[in-house]
Amino acid sequence: MTDNSNPPGKPPKGGPGLEEARLRQQAIGVKLRHMFDEIVNEPVPDEFLDILRRADERSSGGSDA
Amino acid sequence: MSGAPHPPPKPASADDTAFKRELVALIPHLRAFARTLTGDPTAADDLAQDAMMKAWDARASYQMGTNMKAWSFMILRNQFYSEKRRSWRQSQLDQEAAERTLVAVDDPEAPVALDELRLALNTLPEEQREALILVGAGGFAYEEAAAICQCAVGTVKSRVSRARKALQATLEKGGFARDGRAAGDAMRSILAAADRLSSARQG
Repeated sequence: MTDNSNPPGKPPKGGPGLEEARLRQQAIGVKLRHMFDEIVNEPVPDEFLDILRRADERSSGGSDA
Repeated sequence: MSGAPHPPPKPASADDTAFKRELVALIPHLRAFARTLTGDPTAADDLAQDAMMKAWDARASYQMGTNMKAWSFMILRNQFYSEKRRSWRQSQLDQEAAERTLVAVDDPEAPVALDELRLALNTLPEEQREALILVGAGGFAYEEAAAICQCAVGTVKSRVSRARKALQATLEKGGFARDGRAAGDAMRSILAAADRLSSARQG
C-alpha cells in the first residue's frame, strides 16, 4: 500500500542527485545529436560527387579523358 | 581539365546505380562521423572521401538490402585507424584540430554550448568517443555499433556508459572552459540549449 515513492520533503535515496543526473544526461544526448545532425545537414561539397562520378566512369569502362 | 564534356557513361548495372544512390545519401553521415573522429573539418572530408571510394571499390562485397550505413561507417573507421597508425602526427593534431573545429563552427547561430560539448568530447578516450557518437548521435543500436567497431556488444555498452559519465563530469567541472567563464557554466548552457532544442523539436 505504499503510495508514491516521493514523500514530500524527503527525497528518495539517491534523491534529487539522480534525477538531476538523468536530466543532464538527457541534455547532453540532445546536444550530441544536434551537433551531429548539424554536420549531416551541411551541404555536401561538390568534390564528393565529382570523385564518385569519375570513379563511376572509370569502372564502367568509360574513355579516360 | 574539369571543363571537358563528359562522354555519356556506359550504362551502369542496376546494382551499381542503386548502390551509388545509397552511397550518395550516406555522404553527409560519413562526413559527420569523420569529423567527430578527426575533430578537424578538412582532415574529415579527406577521410570521408577516402572511405567513400573504398566503399565504392568494395561494392561487389556489399549485399544490397543489408545495413549500408553501418557497413560504410565501418570502412571509414578502419580507414581512420589505419591512416593514423601510418602517418598522423597524432598528439599535435588533437590540439590543433580542437582549435580549428571551433573556428569552423564559428557561426553566430551556433550556441556556446556546442563548443563546450565539442571540447569535452575531445577529452574522451577515442574508443569512448566513437562509441558514444555512434550510439548517442548516429542512431546505431549497440549491436550495430559493435559491428562497426569490431568489438563485443558489452564493450560498446560500457564504453558508452563511461563516456557519458566522463562527459558530464567534464562539463560540470568546466575545467576546459576558455574565456574565464565560471565552472559549471558549460553544463548550465547545455541544459538550457537542450531545453530549447527539444521544445523546438516537439513544437
